[in-house]
Amino acid sequence: MNLFVILKRTFDTEEKISIANGAIAHDSAEYIINPYDEYAIEEAITLRDTHGGEVTVVTVGTEESEKELRTALAMGADKAVLIDAEELDHSDQFTTAAILATYFKEQEFDLILGGNVAIDNGTGQVGPRLAELLDIPQVTTITKLEINGTDVKIERDVEGDVEKIETSLPLLVTAQQGLNEPRYPSLPGIMKAKKKPLETLELDDLDIDEDDVEAKTKTIEVYLPAKKEAGKILSGELNDQVKELVSLLRSEAKVI
Amino acid sequence: MSKKVLVLGEVRDGELRNVSYEAIAAAKEIAAGGEIVAVLCGEGMSNHGQTLLHYGADRVVLAEHALLNEYSTDGYVQALLQVIDQEKPEGLVLGHTALGKDMSPRLAARLESGLISDVTSLEKVGEEVIFTRPIYSGKAFEKKVIQDGLIFVTIRPNNIPPLELDESRSGDVSTLSVDVKDLRTIIKDVVRKASTGVDLSEAKIIVAGGRGVKSTDGFKPLQELADVLGAAVGASRGACDADYCDYSLQIGQTGKVVTPDLYIACGISGAIQHLAGMSNSKVIVAINKDPEASIFSVADYGIVGDLFDVVPLLTEEFKNVLVKS
Repeated sequence: MNLFVILKRTFDTEEKISIANGAIAHDSAEYIINPYDEYAIEEAITLRDTHGGEVTVVTVGTEESEKELRTALAMGADKAVLIDAEELDHSDQFTTAAILATYFKEQEFDLILGGNVAIDNGTGQVGPRLAELLDIPQVTTITKLEINGTDVKIERDVEGDVEKIETSLPLLVTAQQGLNEPRYPSLPGIMKAKKKPLETLELDDLDIDEDDVEAKTKTIEVYLPAKKEAGKILSGELNDQVKELVSLLRSEAKVI
Repeated sequence: MSKKVLVLGEVRDGELRNVSYEAIAAAKEIAAGGEIVAVLCGEGMSNHGQTLLHYGADRVVLAEHALLNEYSTDGYVQALLQVIDQEKPEGLVLGHTALGKDMSPRLAARLESGLISDVTSLEKVGEEVIFTRPIYSGKAFEKKVIQDGLIFVTIRPNNIPPLELDESRSGDVSTLSVDVKDLRTIIKDVVRKASTGVDLSEAKIIVAGGRGVKSTDGFKPLQELADVLGAAVGASRGACDADYCDYSLQIGQTGKVVTPDLYIACGISGAIQHLAGMSNSKVIVAINKDPEASIFSVADYGIVGDLFDVVPLLTEEFKNVLVKS
C-alpha cells in the first residue's frame, strides 16, 4: 500500500508566544511535528506493518523542516519529501494545498493521512482542500481506521459523538486525538533515519508558478491577548467563600 | 458596496444550532445592506427556514434531497455548489463546527477561493471587512482579510452575538431541488457519547476537571454541578491521559479550544497548553488545593481548597439561589 503523510513543523506546545516586528517571533522557539500529525504518522506506520507497502512523509516548508522529517523517518517512515517553499512571500492554506496537489498528481497513492488541525494557525483546511483538488473522498477527525482490500471502515469524532463510516481507497483522512499512541523514535530508528531517502523539491521542480499559488488571504496584524488583571482569591470560612463566589458570579460578573 | 451573503443553517438533532443565528449576524456585517440568503439542506426544513428569517435572514433557500437528511461531505458540497451557482453570492458564512470544518475547505478548494477559519470577531474599516481569529490556540490573535473574490469565513460558536429574534420578520422561502449522487462516504451508525446534551464548543458554562479529580468517579460532583447550571463538562489533558474521562472532553492546545461565558476549573493546575484552550473564556473560576497553581493567574475568582469539599457546596448554593430566582 502506498501511504503518504502530510506533516507540518510547528512550535512546541510549551512555547510562549511573543511578537517582534509585527509578526510572531520565531527565533528562539523549539519546534516539533504538529502533534495531530504524529497520530497520522503512527497510523501509517502501523498500516504498513500490517498490509505492507511504504510510508512517505511530505511537508511544505523550508530547509529547517528537515529536522521534523528526520524525526518521522526515525519513528519508522520509509521516505521523506521536503517541498521547499521558502521563496514564497505570501502563502496561506490555498497555497499549501495547491502545492501538495501538484506533487500528489504525480504520485501513486492509496491513502493520505494528516492531522485534523495544526496547533499554530489552527485552520484545518489543508487536508480537505487537498482531497478536493485530488478528487478523492475525505474523512476528518478519525479515531479508528480499518482497511480490508480497498474497503475502509472508520470511526470519527463528531463533537463527542462517534460516527461509523464506510468508504474506500483512495482516500484522505485527518487524525484526531485517540486514534493511537504515537511512538517515540528509538535509538536504532534515529541511526537508520540518517540513511533513509529525503528528497528536496523546489517549486520549479514541480513546475509551479508562484503567481498560481498566491495566497487568497492576507494577515494584516498579529497581536497578543490583553493581559488579565489579577483575579480575586476568596478567603474566610469555606461556606462563606462559596456563598460569596455565587453572589459575585451573579451580581458582579453577571454570568449566572 | 453591498454584497449578497449566503449562510448555511446547521441543524443538529432536529434543532437549529445557535451558531447559525450568529452566522446571520456576521453575514449582516459583511453584506453592508445586501441580501442575506440562508440555506438549509435536507427535507422538511421549512419551519427552520422561518426561524432563520426571524433571526435576520432576508430569504431562505431549501436545498431538498433525501440524501441530505444526514450530513455527508460529498452531499453537502454538491448541494451548496448548486445553490452558489444559482445565487452567485459574494460572501459565504458557516459555523466553525464539525460540519463547517469538514466541508468549508473542500468548498473553498472547488471555488478556488480563500477561506478564513474560526473567526471570533469582525469589523468594517471602510469598504473592507477585517476578521479576527485566534492563532496558537488563543495564545495570540491575527487580523485577516480576503484579498479578492468570495468572502468566505467560518465563525467560532459563542463569540459573535446573534441579532434580536423578531417573529414579525418574514421573507421568501423557496425550494431548490438539488441533484445529489455518488456519495463516497456512508454513515453506518452514530454512537452518542456526549454525556449531556450540552456541546463543549457551544456551551455557555463549562465545568472542567483536571488530575485533581483523581478518578472516573471524581467527575461525578462536577457533573452534578454542571447539571444544576446547564453546563457542559470538560477536562484537562492530565485527566484524559490518566483515563479519568474520554479524550472528547479534552480542552487545550490539543483538544478543544473553548470560550464560554463561565469556566469553572476544578483541580486543574493550569499547564500552558490548557490555558491556551480556555483562557479567553469571559469569566474564569479556579478551584485548587495549591495556591501556587498557575490556573489562578488567569482566574477572575479563585477558591483555594479541595474540589471535593468546594464543588458539592457550590452545587448546593447554586441550587438554593437558582430556585429562588
